[in-house]
Formats: sequence, structure tokens, C-alpha cells
Amino acid sequence: MGKRIGMEIALAAAEAAALCRPDVIAAYPITPNTHIPEHLSDIVAEGRLDAEFICVESEHSAISACCGASGTGARTFTATSSQGLLYMQEVLPIVSAMRLPVIMAIGNRAISGPINIWNDHSDIMYQRDTGWVSLFAANGQETVDMVIQVFKIGEHRDVMLPVNINLDGFQLTHVVEPIIMPDQEEVDRFLPAYVPYAALHPDNIVSMGTLGMPEIYAEAQKSKNVALVNSKKVILEVWKEWEKQFGRKYEPIQSYRTEDADIALVTMGSMGETAEIAVDELRKQGVKAGLLKIKLWRPFPFDDLKKAVKGIRVLAVTDRAVSFGGPGGPVFSEIRSALYDVPKRPKIVNFIIGLGGRDIQVENFMDMVRRATKGKLSEPYEFYGVRG
Amino acid sequence: MNTATNNPKSVESFELYAPKLVSKEEFFVGGHRACQGCGESLAIRLMCKALGKDTVITNATGCMEVISSLYPTTAWRLPWIHVAFPNAAAVGSGVEAGLKALRRKGKIADRRVKSVAIGGDGGTMDIGFQALSGAMERCHDMLYVCFDNEAYMNTGIQRSSGTPFLASTTTAPAGKKIPGNQVWKKNLPEIMVAHNVAYVATATPSYPIDFMNKVKKARQVKGPSYIHCLVTCPTGWRTPSETCIKLGRLALETGIFPLYEVEDGKYRLTVEVPEKRRPVQDYLKGQGRFRHLTPDQIQVIQERVDIEWETLMIKVNCSKSKEELRAQRTR
Ligand SMILES: Cc1ncc(C[n+]2csc(CCOP(=O)(O)OP(=O)(O)O)c2C)c(N)n1
Ligand code: SF4
Ligand SMILES: [Mg+2]
Repeated sequence: MGKRIGMEIALAAAEAAALCRPDVIAAYPITPNTHIPEHLSDIVAEGRLDAEFICVESEHSAISACCGASGTGARTFTATSSQGLLYMQEVLPIVSAMRLPVIMAIGNRAISGPINIWNDHSDIMYQRDTGWVSLFAANGQETVDMVIQVFKIGEHRDVMLPVNINLDGFQLTHVVEPIIMPDQEEVDRFLPAYVPYAALHPDNIVSMGTLGMPEIYAEAQKSKNVALVNSKKVILEVWKEWEKQFGRKYEPIQSYRTEDADIALVTMGSMGETAEIAVDELRKQGVKAGLLKIKLWRPFPFDDLKKAVKGIRVLAVTDRAVSFGGPGGPVFSEIRSALYDVPKRPKIVNFIIGLGGRDIQVENFMDMVRRATKGKLSEPYEFYGVRG
Repeated sequence: MNTATNNPKSVESFELYAPKLVSKEEFFVGGHRACQGCGESLAIRLMCKALGKDTVITNATGCMEVISSLYPTTAWRLPWIHVAFPNAAAVGSGVEAGLKALRRKGKIADRRVKSVAIGGDGGTMDIGFQALSGAMERCHDMLYVCFDNEAYMNTGIQRSSGTPFLASTTTAPAGKKIPGNQVWKKNLPEIMVAHNVAYVATATPSYPIDFMNKVKKARQVKGPSYIHCLVTCPTGWRTPSETCIKLGRLALETGIFPLYEVEDGKYRLTVEVPEKRRPVQDYLKGQGRFRHLTPDQIQVIQERVDIEWETLMIKVNCSKSKEELRAQRTR
């Protein structure tokens, strides 16, 4: 049986990854994800995990080494943040095109210019369209659970895609929380051994990563998209199995007090917990507020969103990244587009919040709700509480 | 003296013994799209023969990846992976780690399968340099072979750090004011030696047995090994395709590209260079990329080659045992 422990979430993520018995881990240090590879190297050095830990010279090589290792049929894991993730970018769409289930934990951090080590979601938003399954954890327990779930999701024969789990830098990576850590027997029961579809070995020769001419390139892109869209079915199945075995329920979008809500906040990641408190406070004041927490970012859960917004008049979507010169934050434009065809769609406003670690408190969420209810923002989107 | 360009006998004797030494099995097969007389594709074919079946190849982006892997065809009868341009060494190190872990855990057959990463001069000496340095320094059981045709051929003959001094390329063209590439070729084998790589060698397919022996030796090394293989590119060098082999031989006979190996820091020439080296002019003259050179410029190249040759010979001599040196003097 798993035990409830108090542990820093980055370390817990590493423990969870180790429980999945990866064969190869390759990672490079960057704040705030660093404790994950550090702790994994510890686990390997102590002999608690039989794996190759490759101490690479860059993130580009980290993801490249994972790609090569995964090509041999090894279960692989990596972790990064911010500039490191951007440095990997060249390789990310290739990993998904090769249908290699590399698993990556991202300790989300702002993108440089100016350099800033604190949390927002700019890093992952730059990678949105690389063809990876992408999940957001809201707390330590979700982080641990998702790390284990995604091996099963990514390696499933109907998916065969890489997966990233996003956990907010510092707000999650460096926070100690009570976490129920599954034990090895439980994880072994949940997660079968990885059986690759094809592997680099002389006993069964394959060429991986061949050249695609115009006659085939478009089909390759389409098939990646089909695989990613179809992965949702497997994600839901795996979450069902998880709930059955561990009793914790996962949904693409988690609704909080929305049954009779007029207005709902939308968050991704750890700010959902702060927003919940704001909703409770607003309810006490008689405001019919609710909250939607997005956990599955790719494939985007269109149907779940449509269901979740039924009856809601105003959606206040928060974004933790900017689409410069675009229509608003990436989550906002996604949601607006997703609801365009819904006849009775809510009014949707966008607050860009918490950039580069800017603190957002309960009172701020309450304020956003009040202002969104009044319905008038000066722009379709607003940099909330930002000077200038 | 093994100077095939003026002594056809050695070619004959090659034909005599080659069939016995060289495997008939092909792992890099015909039907690929390399240009006629492409030294790089020939070298890869020979390399694969020497490596044999228990090999996984990681290929950097470049001519060889493009000509060999046009989906749905492949010229590779070895397990092969291509990911991107700068990361063959990193991917190859992941392949090595994957095979090692899976073998140790009993998930694959219990026998040694060698990870071999290959790339062009651009993919190795420039954009892939960091990944190569990292992989070599981390001591993976991996062979890296650089196929150096002295420019970015796949994208149309642009200069790389492997491009020779004054060669004309599409980004360092021979103009009225600037006569081609302005800097000397980077010495990558030397940089690999400085990484304490257990086995470093230079090679060319113009000396096929020498090349294949080196590949075999490098394969045996339990750790990192590196081979720098000079390959002719008729398209980029502006040379007739039938001179592919001859040019590699001239590169040796002029001392421009000596064939040597460095084992645990000890240098050894593997193919003798004529006592009286040919003038560099013999190598340069047939090549379109050097067509613009003046006699003065050729002289500058000659002087540099002389110095590099002497430097190498010092290392070779310093590597010799007392007995070897004594034998050399009495010869
Ligand atoms: C990151 C990146 N930059 C540039 C390119 C374009 N590119 C592809 S192959 C190549 C040159 C290859 O040259 P080399 O490694 O010498 O191999 P060759 O084609 O000469 O055999 C270049 C510049 C690329 N594919 N990726
Ligand atoms: S351009 Fe040069 S290296 Fe490329 S295939 Fe042709 S001859 Fe070979
Ligand atoms: Mg080249």
C-alpha cells in the first residue's frame, strides 16, 4: 500500500518516475526542474533503480539521447524547464513523428528576455504544436499520479506518443506537500512492461526517421494528428483504471462549483487551488462563481469544455503566457475557438496573469470575477495588474 | 611503396587479396540516390561491411541520410535512425545507453551490439560539435565516423570548418577580392585525441583495406572511438566522378591527408607516404574548387602542409619505442 508522506514535489516526481522503472534517463540541469534529475541520479547511484543515467551536455542532447534510447525500445524519461525546453524544440516534433513514448516532466518557467527563473507557462506554449500529449498538474499528488499514468498512456499501442507533464516551477517543484506515494507493487500492477512496436536492433531491422517527400509528408502530419486526437480515448481509459486502483479521479477538465454558476474562472496548473478559495469566498458573498481547471491541454478536450460551460454566462479565462500580437493568451484563443459553434456560448474574457512569477492571490481572482461579471474589459484581453 | 596513382600494380594486388578479406555481405545497398563517383556513399558501404550485422547506425542529416532513406525505400540493411542535423552523437549515445540497459535487464539478446554514429563534416565539426564532444567525453561504447567532404554538400556546397584554405564554396566563393575560404581546416582528429578517446584514426575509401581495418579496430574498443574519413564529392569539389579514388590517394601522397591512427595517445602512420612527398599542386590542380589559385597561393598551402606533416611526424616519432627508433635509423 502507498504511504502518505511529506515531500518536495520535484523529488516526489522523481520517485514516481523511478517507480515506473525507466531504462534510460537523460537530463540537464535548469531551475526549477533541477531537483528532478538530481534526485533520479541519486536513486540510480544508490542502486534503487537499474537505469542508465546520461549526464548530457545540453537539453538538445538530453532529448536526442532519449529519442535514440527510446528507439531501441528502452523506457525513457527526461525533465527540463524554460530555455532548456526551447533548446529541445528542434527535436520535440521528431520524437512525436517517430511515435516514441518519451516522458518528460516540465517544471514550467518563464522564457528569457529578460531572464527570469520564476513560473509561468510560456515555455510549454512555445511547444504546443509539437505533437506531444500534454497534461497540467495542479498539485503534488496530481504530479505523482500523472507521472505514472503517462507512461501507460504514451506507450499504449493506440497512442505511441511522447507525453509531457507540466508542473509549475517553484509553486509546485519546490513545495513540500503531503502526497500519497504508491508503492512498487502497486505501480507494477498498474503499468505493464513496455513492448515497443519497432526497435533498433539487428534481429529486426528498421529504418527510423526517413526522408518524406511532398507525396508523403502531409500524410505523416495527418497521421500524427489522428494519433494525438485518438489518444484521448486511451487517456480516459487509463484515468478510469487509475481511479479504480487508487481511488483518485482524473478528468480532462475538472469543474469546481459550476452546477449553478453564472460565471466561471478557467485555470491551468497550480493556480487552480488559489482560484478555488476565491470561488468559495465569492459564493459566501452571494456571487454564483465556479471554476474550470484544465488538466488535459493536448489533445484539447473540446467536448468536455462544451459540456462544462453549459449554463455559464461569463468565462474568465486566465493565461500564463502571451501570444504577442495575437488574439489573447493561448488558452483564451483555444477556448474562444472551441466554443464558436456553440449557440448559447458564454461571454469570454481573458486575463493574462502571473507572468514570470508575478504573484496572484485569492483577492485578485475575486477581483477578476467581479470585473468580468460587469462585462467590460478595455481590451479583449488584459495584462492583469501590469503597469504601463 | 603503395602509390597506386603511378603504380597500378598495387591495385592489381588489391584485387587479389580483397575478395578474401572483404565480406560479400552488403549492409548499405544499391539503388540509393548518391551522385556518380560519390566517395561518401562508397565509404559508408565499406564501413558497414567492416562493422557487420550487430550494429545500430545513427545518421546525422546530410547527403547520406537524404540519398539513402527516401520513404518508403531504404538503402540500410542495418538498424538505422536519423533524427536531426546536430545530434547524431547524442542520439547514438542514447542508442548505446538503451541497448546497454535492455541487455543488462535481459530484455534483449545477450550480445554486444555496437552503436555507430555518422555525420558529414558539417554535422560533426560544426553544428554537431558540442554533441560529439559530450558523447566522446562521457565515454559511451560508441564509434563516431565523420565523413568529411569538406563542405555542406547536401545544401549546396557551403563552407564548413572542414573546408580547406582557399577552396571556393557557395558561401566562401572565390571572388576578385577574396579568393575563397580564408581559414585553415579545423583539425578534428586532434581535438578527439584531446578528449582522451581510446582510438582515433584518419581514413579514406581510397585505401579501403586500411579504412575497414580501422573500422574493425574501432568497433572492438569498449568505449568511444573516432574515425575521420576524407571523402571525395565530385559535385562539390567540381571534379570528374572517375577521379574519386585517385583524389584520396593524392591527398595522402602529397601529405595533405595522411592516414594514421592514435591508440591511447600513440600516433602511427598506417599507410606509408612516399619519402619525397608529391607537391600539393598535384592534388589541387584537377579540382574546380581550387581552379582560381595562383602559384603564390599554392606555395602558401605547400608550406602549411609541410609544417603540418612535420608536426605529425614528430608525434609519430615520439610515439615510437626506443627499439623502433633504432631500427628506423639503421634502415
Ligand atoms: C538545424 C539545422 N540547420 C541547418 C540544416 C540544413 N542542413 C541540412 S544538411 C546540411 C549540410 C550537411 O553538410 P555535412 O554535414 O557536411 O554533410 P554532407 O551533406 O556534406 O554529406 C545543412 C546545412 C538542418 N537540417 N538543420
Ligand atoms: S553531393 Fe557529393 S556527397 Fe552528396 S551525394 Fe553527391 S557526390 Fe555524394
Ligand atoms: Mg560535408
